[in-house]
Amino acid sequence: MLREIGGPDKPISLSRKIWDLNWGLILLICATASVGFLMLYSAANGNLEPWASRQMIRFGAGLCIMIVVAITDIRIWLRLSYPLYAIALLMLGAVEVMGVIGMGARRWVEIGPIQVQPSEIMKITLVMAVARYFHGVSLEDVRRIRWLLPPLVMVALPAALVLRQPDLGTALLLVAGAGIVFFVAGVQWWKFALIIGTAIPSGFFAYQFLHEYQKKRILIFLNPESDPLGAGYHIMQSKIALGSGGIFGKGFVQGTQSHLNYLPEMRTDFIFSMLAEEFGMMGGLILFALYILLMAYGYAIAFRSQNHFGRLLALGLTGVFFLYIFINIAMVMGLVPVVGVPLPLISYGGTSMLTLLISFGLIMSVYVHRDIEMQRKQY
Amino acid sequence: MSTARDKEKARLFTRRSLIMAGGQAALMSVLAGRLYYLQVLQSDEYTMMANENRMNMRLLAPLRGRIVDRFGQEVASNRQNYRVVLIREQTKSVEETLDRLSDLVPVSNADRARVLKETKRKRGFVPIPVMENLSWDEFSRINVNSPELPGIQLDVGETRHYPYKNLFAHIVGYVGSVSERDLQNLEPDPLLELPGFKIGKNGIEKYYDLSLRGTAGTSRVEANAYGRVIRELNRQEGSAGDDLELTIDVELQKYAVERMGTESAAAVIIDIHTGDVLSMVSVPSFDPNSFTTGIGIEEWKGLQSNPKHPLSNKAIAGQYPPGSTFKMIVALAALEAGVISSDHKVFCNGSTKLGRHKFHCWKRGGHGKLNLRSAIEQSCDVYFYDIAKKVGVDKIAEMANRFGLGNKLDLDLFGEKSGLIPSTEWKQAVRGERWQGGDTFNVGIGQGYVLTTPLQLAVMTARLANGGKSVEPRLVKPRGSTDTDENPDEDRSEIKNEDMGVSKAALRMVLGGMFDVVNGTKGTARASKIKTEGWEMAGKSGTAQVRRISKKERLSRVLKSNERPWEYRDHALFVAYAPFNNPRYAVSVIVEHGGSGSKVAAPIARDLLEEVLRLDPAREKEADDA
Repeated sequence: MLREIGGPDKPISLSRKIWDLNWGLILLICATASVGFLMLYSAANGNLEPWASRQMIRFGAGLCIMIVVAITDIRIWLRLSYPLYAIALLMLGAVEVMGVIGMGARRWVEIGPIQVQPSEIMKITLVMAVARYFHGVSLEDVRRIRWLLPPLVMVALPAALVLRQPDLGTALLLVAGAGIVFFVAGVQWWKFALIIGTAIPSGFFAYQFLHEYQKKRILIFLNPESDPLGAGYHIMQSKIALGSGGIFGKGFVQGTQSHLNYLPEMRTDFIFSMLAEEFGMMGGLILFALYILLMAYGYAIAFRSQNHFGRLLALGLTGVFFLYIFINIAMVMGLVPVVGVPLPLISYGGTSMLTLLISFGLIMSVYVHRDIEMQRKQY
Repeated sequence: MSTARDKEKARLFTRRSLIMAGGQAALMSVLAGRLYYLQVLQSDEYTMMANENRMNMRLLAPLRGRIVDRFGQEVASNRQNYRVVLIREQTKSVEETLDRLSDLVPVSNADRARVLKETKRKRGFVPIPVMENLSWDEFSRINVNSPELPGIQLDVGETRHYPYKNLFAHIVGYVGSVSERDLQNLEPDPLLELPGFKIGKNGIEKYYDLSLRGTAGTSRVEANAYGRVIRELNRQEGSAGDDLELTIDVELQKYAVERMGTESAAAVIIDIHTGDVLSMVSVPSFDPNSFTTGIGIEEWKGLQSNPKHPLSNKAIAGQYPPGSTFKMIVALAALEAGVISSDHKVFCNGSTKLGRHKFHCWKRGGHGKLNLRSAIEQSCDVYFYDIAKKVGVDKIAEMANRFGLGNKLDLDLFGEKSGLIPSTEWKQAVRGERWQGGDTFNVGIGQGYVLTTPLQLAVMTARLANGGKSVEPRLVKPRGSTDTDENPDEDRSEIKNEDMGVSKAALRMVLGGMFDVVNGTKGTARASKIKTEGWEMAGKSGTAQVRRISKKERLSRVLKSNERPWEYRDHALFVAYAPFNNPRYAVSVIVEHGGSGSKVAAPIARDLLEEVLRLDPAREKEADDA
């Protein structure tokens, strides 16, 4: 069957695939995740329990899933792109109907014993679906507005559903992630300019319809010192943690802001502040370096791929990965409003860890199957 | 099988990807730049804020100095006090925390209201006292449940304790919480903001508050976001307040209070050489411990509405006409002025006339012919009308002032009254009237405008008994004269009593009269003599009219004092000293509305003098002298 759809290429043997895995990338992922383990160890005042050990187990399981994803044929992923997107969309719809309410928003659905956050799954499947779409569109058609309508609908549907949860941050992430694929697929500049040009005024218009807490977050972001004990507290304490860390930090398990509980959510969204407090600017820059290397791998794989789906997929997922990093770190530094975005591979949490490792699995799958050529019209 | 179009597509992809990579690199640089800005450029500022977050300065309350009697008996001490405080910023809802607390221990509505009020007034991190003097049971119950009580903290403090309860209430006073008004009036001291910190509110506690208070220590602690103290960074101990030694003798005070019984009365016993106030009694009294723990409304109302005024220290704040106890002053004034000779005699037939006014002697039939000594012995009013008229009020006033009347004696207490010694000038200035001859008659028997306090009368008696020396009363002993003392000159035994220059012969005459009052055959207080040889007492009775007896009453029949309603009865006074031959102690006694001085006050004065001689509180000094 693979032969049938895979054109002239022979199926690649399993041992060959494993040999071809990007072991350097896997090593980098492990190194980055280890930084996370270290911080979770510190967060528990120098104990593996309760966070570091659980995170390690999740990471280990995620790593296996990642490799399975990586050695799965890219053509299968291509074929599954639309169905997986549809499933994720249905689950998002299900959240609307029967979701679990937590932290003031409806974000989870229960499937048997596990709670799933469909918006996390959508982050991958949307990129897959959009990549799949542009894979099948000729260069001329990319420039035709008619051909842009289907992928725009693909983005708009989940974004609207996530916005209703309400989760502004994730909605923007979905739009931005898909936007990256649009951009590298060759959609003309002026169309982006047009969309951004209309988005900003309509953003001001949409502001009127935001929930009170979301409005407040934006206002507090603009001036955190105005409310040091209220909602601005998080940003303020995070900046204090960062600033007081200095160049070399206060030392491992020595962060006063984090260990004395002044720093909120230090295991999840604000874990970077804790890292930068304990290891200083040096620690922060080392993490930046790890992230940049990870992304460099993503780019290299995208460029190396012989098929357009692989290129778009690898670059789109790398782009989403970057957005996570940027939004999270910019948030804890007080550059963007507080939106619930975890720091990739570092923050404590199962769903985001799994999502990221699956993303990297897909990126590696692009590499493992880099030489498979897929015709635009064949699918 | 890539077509040219697909190659073009791939090239476009590469181009766009590189632009994307460039954009992402730029954004990463922004993050790195921000990191540099926060962690290098603004590091100092944020380090300070982080330290402000974690470090708390806590004041350590010093131990309040003790107050002891002349023999070292504690009359004000410190006792352990288990208490609950609330820190507003550590709880989301003060109300909820209080609700949970009241499930464990009874929190009164008044306490609750006070805490809620204070939480609004004070800064969020200032602990606010909720309850004090918890039992060990209550204390441990709260301790066990502390996880469910955010904002609640327990601590063990020291609380003021007055072991002798009402015995020293008027002397020592009491301590109480710092009021809004105290904060405005007192010298600023961070201790005043400390929760549950008590300052002297009355008496010695108030007068010597600063030296008793001590100085605050500080403790710098590291605390987490919930305010829990993680560790102490450093600590600077304060210094405890100084102990204070009173001149009072606890044993004598105890006896005196008991002896006065349920009367509304006051007494002062003083060492005539040193001025040490050995006992100062004002009854009825109150328990100062109620004030330190917060007095109940019922108890407070009871104290305030009591007609015998338990809250007032009658020994220094009660002003009474001295009555016949003033006659020594009148006699001395007349003798010193030379207007009478030592054997001046007056015939008393029961009254004397001044213009149309008739001035009566207390004895209706009259005393017959009397000299000065027997006039004092029998307290003949007519004799003193006569000599007062001769010497004039201004000379009397001058003599009274020399003996400590009419001015504050500056005992280290608040609320001391100056009494009143009238003069022609005074009447003109204050009343705007000319002095009348009848006024002088009234002054001659210690009535009219004359007002004195029991302390003044005791000092007057002491100055008579010590041979006319200007002894000053004192309630607090000067600091011990040890080698390390800063002022070695200030020896406690060295009292410089100046001779006031009163003629010794005149004094002897007056003192002889006082001896006869108790020991003479016709003495008004002959029933109260001290029989022990060598302890003989000399004294003078006084009966002060509370209201003027009208002519109509006098014509019909003067009601005896004890036949009138209590508040219209006369005040009974007695001043005395002993032993007569080697004077040592002086006493003044006043029983409000007690009736006759010789019948009511004299026995008390005698008993007090006998007790002070038996206890001899000056024995330590004599041991030193020997």
